[in-house]
Amino acid sequence: MARKRRDRAGPFEYSRKLSLRISFLLASIFLYAPIIVLIVFSFNNSRRGGNVIWKGFTTKYYGKAFNNDSLIEAFTNTLAIAFISTIFAVLLGAMTAVVLWRFRFPFKPVFEGMVAMPIVIPEICMGVSLAVFFSSFGLYVPPESPFPLNLTNIILAHITFSFPFAAMIIRTRLSNFNREMEEAAKDLGATEFQVFRDILIPHMKPGLIAGALLAFTLSLDDFVITFFTSGPNTVTFPVKVYSMVRFSVTPEINAASTILILITLLVTALAMRFQSFEEGDK
Amino acid sequence: MAFFGPTAGWLVLFFFVPLAIIWVYSFGENISLTEIKTTWTLDNYKRLFQPAIISLFWRSLWLSFISTIICIMIAYPVAMVIATSSAKAKPWLLLVIILPFWTNLLIRTYALLNILGTRGRLNDLLEWLWNLGDGTLALIGLGGYALLGDAFQPVKFLGNPSGVMIGLVYVYLPFAVLPIYSSLERMDRNLLEASLDLGASQWRTFRSILLPLSIAGISTAAIITFIPMLGSFLIPNLLGRGQVDMIANVIERQFKSANDWPFGSALSLFLLYITFIILAVQAFASMRKGGNRDG
Repeated sequence: MARKRRDRAGPFEYSRKLSLRISFLLASIFLYAPIIVLIVFSFNNSRRGGNVIWKGFTTKYYGKAFNNDSLIEAFTNTLAIAFISTIFAVLLGAMTAVVLWRFRFPFKPVFEGMVAMPIVIPEICMGVSLAVFFSSFGLYVPPESPFPLNLTNIILAHITFSFPFAAMIIRTRLSNFNREMEEAAKDLGATEFQVFRDILIPHMKPGLIAGALLAFTLSLDDFVITFFTSGPNTVTFPVKVYSMVRFSVTPEINAASTILILITLLVTALAMRFQSFEEGDK
Repeated sequence: MAFFGPTAGWLVLFFFVPLAIIWVYSFGENISLTEIKTTWTLDNYKRLFQPAIISLFWRSLWLSFISTIICIMIAYPVAMVIATSSAKAKPWLLLVIILPFWTNLLIRTYALLNILGTRGRLNDLLEWLWNLGDGTLALIGLGGYALLGDAFQPVKFLGNPSGVMIGLVYVYLPFAVLPIYSSLERMDRNLLEASLDLGASQWRTFRSILLPLSIAGISTAAIITFIPMLGSFLIPNLLGRGQVDMIANVIERQFKSANDWPFGSALSLFLLYITFIILAVQAFASMRKGGNRDG
């Protein structure tokens, strides 16, 4: 009997064993069921306790979410923060990656450890320390400053936690750079700058794009650090949703969350396209 | 080398200086509502040893510990399926596991909040199962004894450690799958075949070959789920409803409502030190293991 079963699913064909397939299925249900319920109930026509009883299909809460000015403002802030911090995170990440890949210098492992620190330390520690830093140092940005400027503190915080991630991705891309290309270019009379611009940057490009998309999603996703660095007038989408969840249950939260899930899916799909592009490139 | 300046400068200014400030504050005292004086007192650290704070750390550690173990127990079979599936199916199965990780943490926690309520979908499911069980009992003639109780009692997940643990497992499960998957993927499959050919059972092969060879992946999975779990704020905050506080919730309170920055700083640094100790132990363990293998 045992032998027969072994014939059906070989020693490394765990993916063909029914019990393991079922556990994969159950884990997937566990991961997706809450999100699917959230999306389904965003169309629920029930004002009170919108997540409990199904009362028919409606799209009116999407309309309400789009007409909720403070929600739209929070959404705009989130996207602006993500865009601006991504640009800086990729720039800093690329510089870090080049330094770590290219140069040997004393204390290099120390520098490497320093770069990895924002990745490993608990988010709450970083959020708290940045909040204290911004409030006790001169980086005071008047709350009435014009639009992207009022978000300066949050943007600085987001760059700080996302650029080490971008640096890791870009560094991985750099590690399969063929140094002979660089030498050939130099032999043919290219300057250091030309080599950088015409050889290294084009090689880094897929890594830069992948790093940017990661930095973008990290910024969209962040709650804790934003929660500590945002002021009463600079609310982001996650912080807004948090206060809505804390103080009232409104069906608009489901609708707004569904929209953010769709945006994230879109960015992920883009990231995957570039990832496969990068693999095809090798 | 022109690149070194900006990156190191940025890290120092926006990462290390802020940490240094809370380090200094952790030796300070509140002298008025808005003023903190650094007196190099150790009082904030002494307060970490109050029974309430010790039990807070203890609760955070065991909640994270049990959730990590559950995560790994779910992640292992999932990783086994992905690692041994066909080359065509593999990226899709991986995507199924990773995709939720790309979704906003707040939205995922909020989604879970709706599921776990006393009138939420999980209790609906449990009620359905209860009715099924009750119906079966009635069918086999045991209906009169109310073996499952008189009526279905909804389980209280929110404001309960069970709800927080479900949340931690739910959010960090993808973290656990990936390292186990990559250690299984790299494994020499001939060893499994050899074991089976020599007459060992599937279970014996799993216990003596597969599990020991994937222990590195398991320990990485444990570290990268345990550390963020220990510092998690949103999950205990929303699912624990203030009744299952973890370290981050108490830190947040010191900086927001309680307005006790020095103590909050000491708490944050203590959490930071615990994180570093865990990482150092892991690095030391993997270094020693590497050394033994060479020897």
